[in-house]
Amino acid sequence: MSRFGKAVDSTIGWIDARFPLIKMWNDHLAQYYAPKNFNFWYYFGSLALLVLVLQFLTGIWLTMNYKPSAENAFASVEYIMRDVEWGWLIRYMHSTGASAFFIVVYLHMFRAMLYGSYKKPRELIWILGMFIYLCLMAEAFFGYLLPWGQMSYWGAQVIISLFGAIPFIGEELTLWIRGDFNVSDITLNRFFALHVIALPLLLVGLVFLHIIALHEVGSNNPDGVEIKNKKDANGVPLDGIRFHPYYTVKDMVGMVVFLILFAMVVFFAPEMGGYFLEHANFEPADPLKTPEHIAPVWYFTPFYAILRAVPDKLFGVLAMGAAVMLFFALPWLDKSPVKSIRYRGWKYRGALTAFAISFVALGWLGLQAATPTYTWLARFFAVVYFGFFLLMPFYTRNDNDKTVPERVTDR
Amino acid sequence: MCSDEVNRKRRNLIAATTVVGGAGAAATAVPFLSSWQPSARARAIGAPVEVDISDMQPGDLKRTQWQGKPVWVLRRGDETIDELARIEGELRDPDSSVEQQPAYARNEYRSLKPEYLVVVGLCTHLGCSPSYKAPDEDNDFGDDWIGGFFCPCHGSRFDMAGRVYKGVPAPTNMVVPPYKFISDNRILIGEDSSEGVA
Repeated sequence: MSRFGKAVDSTIGWIDARFPLIKMWNDHLAQYYAPKNFNFWYYFGSLALLVLVLQFLTGIWLTMNYKPSAENAFASVEYIMRDVEWGWLIRYMHSTGASAFFIVVYLHMFRAMLYGSYKKPRELIWILGMFIYLCLMAEAFFGYLLPWGQMSYWGAQVIISLFGAIPFIGEELTLWIRGDFNVSDITLNRFFALHVIALPLLLVGLVFLHIIALHEVGSNNPDGVEIKNKKDANGVPLDGIRFHPYYTVKDMVGMVVFLILFAMVVFFAPEMGGYFLEHANFEPADPLKTPEHIAPVWYFTPFYAILRAVPDKLFGVLAMGAAVMLFFALPWLDKSPVKSIRYRGWKYRGALTAFAISFVALGWLGLQAATPTYTWLARFFAVVYFGFFLLMPFYTRNDNDKTVPERVTDR
Repeated sequence: MCSDEVNRKRRNLIAATTVVGGAGAAATAVPFLSSWQPSARARAIGAPVEVDISDMQPGDLKRTQWQGKPVWVLRRGDETIDELARIEGELRDPDSSVEQQPAYARNEYRSLKPEYLVVVGLCTHLGCSPSYKAPDEDNDFGDDWIGGFFCPCHGSRFDMAGRVYKGVPAPTNMVVPPYKFISDNRILIGEDSSEGVA
């Protein structure tokens, strides 16, 4: 062995006597056995981690020039875009990263619904994932106020007012959230603190728990077969392969493709036609004038459409809250003995298709102005959306499921 | 002392320590949570503002800011004042029974003087600022429309007294802030009038 090799070995040995370095490497990468049949849908977990890192990096750099005050915020964003060296790139990466985060997370969640990854014994992974999703929504909401544009301002005003619908304490609660009688400098400053410190910290903690819980029970796979049920003499799952190098390499291919698409948006369409950065936000906040048409950013619009579909303030807010919270109950609403959609009957297949269509349709409707026709359409899709969850115990109980194989398949 | 008794004592001490520690933690949460309440400065900025109404013509709307919120002063013509009673059937709360106004503004005009309406210019649904549609302006609201306010966010409509129409998402009439006339031509917003208060 070369002298350099020996030096590396002895350094690792020194660390290992004081910290479980090799053990952690083995437990979570080199000897963590993942099912060998992961497909396209299994890219999005590692991609979410990549976007998280990108958001941290660009976010930290943005705080170096951003000023969290009503007077200076808008101008400091302009300053970042025009005068700071590469400031435009860092900001566009951050704003595109926000939308990318939701695209990746929505696909990641849909994967879990396709293959029943939330089912026993992975309920806690799903619950922790849902907390990550809630945290992400809060993070996106707080971050959206920071540029202090018209849409920032009125978006925050509307979302905070949602809490005002809570009986008795609503009004006091909105005052407490804003720290002022209206969205103001005070609100902006505290949202900044939450956006750059409190929630990122919480997010990292939750991601850590999510992964620890995953590595405890092991990954699900497109066949929904528990690979730990069939092990060789050494206790290694027969259908498992080492995460490193097999899936680290696979995930790197996914990351390269993702980064190509990401760079295309950052360089050629950072506003994405008003979907990633809304046009009204290029005007500074004006507390006296609401823009003619306001809509949240695309990743909130399915829930926003549900809110608007209900012609009552309190019930609208409750319906919107329920639309998010119902995901938490998924592991217990699903009574099917089968995990993967490959072996599920037509009822679940149909229900999941209808759900996916209504989610996208609600997302589109939430971006449109609320005409009577659109409102009725939103009501229809909201019923389908809730039907998917609330009827699930019935249609999954006796679906014409197929026989699940003993081992994973290679299709 | 037998070991059973020692264990019981230990358990009681642990319980007592936990309760005291928990109370301490709860008490410590108070300053952190209260720190989110509006600060002394934020409350001070909520001081009353004066509006000069001497140059207003019937149909004119004047916008000002009080407590950071948009506040409107609307001068209503005689025709508008007469029409307020006619459209009562289309309104959710024509008599202002929900407390969205000081007692002195709880009348058919929702104001101290029929001619002048003072309201907080925020929709009672989710807090957008509705746009003013003057009585003679072209509109899509039908022939019965006497002028009023339309919220672009979720389509709520209010009449020329800030009263909410039926069948829109906003649940209540627009808020009338405390105000008083300090002279015929000047309104002070943010301070209660002594008129009509029993």
